[in-house]
Amino acid sequence: MIGVIGLRELRTLFASPLAWVVLAVLQLIIAWVFLGRLDTYLQVQAQLRQISNAPGITEFIAAPVFATAAIMLLMAVPLLTMRLVAEERRNRTLTLLLSAPVSTAQIILGKYLGIMLFLLVAIALVALMPLTLLAGGRLDPGLLATNVAGLALLAAAFAALGLFMSVLTAQPAVAAIGGLGTALAFWLLDLAAPDAGGMLSQLSLLRHYESFGKGMLDTYDAACFVLFCAVFLALTIRRLDAERLGG
Amino acid sequence: MQPEVNSVTLRTRSLSRNYGARPVVQGLDLEVRRGEVVGLLGPNGAGKTTSMQMITGNLAPTTGSVEVCGVDLLEDPVRAKTHIGYLPEVPPIYRELSVDEYLRFAARLHRLRGASQARAVQIAKARCGLEDVGRRLIGSLSKGYQQRVGIAQAIVHGPDLVILDEPTAGLDPNQIREIRALIRELRGGHSVILSTHILPEVESVCDRVEIMHEGRVVYADSIVGLQRSRRGTELTAGFQFPPAVDEIAQILGVTQVEALSAHRFRVVHQEGIDVGAALAEAAARNGWGLNMLAPGHATLEEVFVRITQGEEEP
Repeated sequence: MIGVIGLRELRTLFASPLAWVVLAVLQLIIAWVFLGRLDTYLQVQAQLRQISNAPGITEFIAAPVFATAAIMLLMAVPLLTMRLVAEERRNRTLTLLLSAPVSTAQIILGKYLGIMLFLLVAIALVALMPLTLLAGGRLDPGLLATNVAGLALLAAAFAALGLFMSVLTAQPAVAAIGGLGTALAFWLLDLAAPDAGGMLSQLSLLRHYESFGKGMLDTYDAACFVLFCAVFLALTIRRLDAERLGG
Repeated sequence: MQPEVNSVTLRTRSLSRNYGARPVVQGLDLEVRRGEVVGLLGPNGAGKTTSMQMITGNLAPTTGSVEVCGVDLLEDPVRAKTHIGYLPEVPPIYRELSVDEYLRFAARLHRLRGASQARAVQIAKARCGLEDVGRRLIGSLSKGYQQRVGIAQAIVHGPDLVILDEPTAGLDPNQIREIRALIRELRGGHSVILSTHILPEVESVCDRVEIMHEGRVVYADSIVGLQRSRRGTELTAGFQFPPAVDEIAQILGVTQVEALSAHRFRVVHQEGIDVGAALAEAAARNGWGLNMLAPGHATLEEVFVRITQGEEEP
């Protein structure tokens, strides 16, 4: 059932121009950053050779590409998740799912699966670009893998947050703004935190994402992302359930 | 799936729902048998849609219980919902999907797979007259076709209980006739609950009627009973050379005469007396030039008034 709902969601996404535009713009900006870094690398290659333990092409080119992709996703994901529930509510199509023999959890997880499949396609496209460097050099597969994993976890967190925002309202635009605002807040939370190890900075998504960018696979950071997703998905399911009871 | 022995497809017991402090539906007891078409009738805001939302599990009742084919909807919603097909007031259609894709999705949501799914979609399309538009996007179809897609969605999984909320609202007369024919056809294998605020619609398709008013069922009877209460005490008569009101009032059985225009009168009479024949005879004898004599059909509102007032009398 989750798969059925997820695939329907994916179809709807690709039936709208929004998904294609998001993919195209993401690809365009990533390509720009990628080529810029590549250019810089070629210029400083000679100097780099003289330093011992110099950064490789993966660290020099791929890592900044993923860092840019993370910022792009921060802005793109709320736009993609905004319609998940809000638009169905506005078009009154939510009734179809609520009347069908599926549970609320299945509805929400199905929608989450649909958006995640789309985001994984987007991340795969981002990862393809550094992979083209294999034509002329050697990559650090470990560093590349942690970057991809970090980006996927980050996207999952944004998607869960965006889905929750979408279930709160019948206006997709409100869900998009709400999702963007809260995602940004969670991203920059450690700027506001006075001490590095404090409670607030622990909640910052940027902080947990940083270690992946450095090639570190920290189970604590991964667990934080998973927990973040689980909390928001649970809240979403509860909210949709409450709608049936309240009113 | 084993055949249900129980012939009652829906039973609600004292179903109530409040919005805040305001009661919208109060103590709804409904029993629907297989092969029966029940009309839920009432003015807008009578609680018809809320009742249907509760029966289909879209809205939790404040108190009371719903049992669908012997399964308690509140205890086992997923299993109970497999027996229900629901068309809400606004058909829940995805405009960006084609008719085929949409119906396949609806069938899959009801756990139909492979060959049985393809067959179910075929049958639903054939019954709703959608064979020619299978590949078209739903968003590009006319309102009548969209409504049919909505009905197809509600019957695609062969539910025991089909619930249609104002299925003919906003359609043109031809489309209304088609939808009514479809509903009559559905009667065979399913139970149907139909909500409307149009009285003739109930008379043309339903076996039984429940009239709701301010959240309560104020009248429940077969269609025959409703027709009896609708007709029989009122006539409209037109004359070329109209007589005085008093002259009509003298005819046996007439209780009240009201001039609608210079040539037309509303005649209220006692129940069970055939005033029409007497009126025609008097008109012929006195040369009134009778040119119209019609039983006055009461509107829904008048039926209401009669039914609710009838209850108040000892």
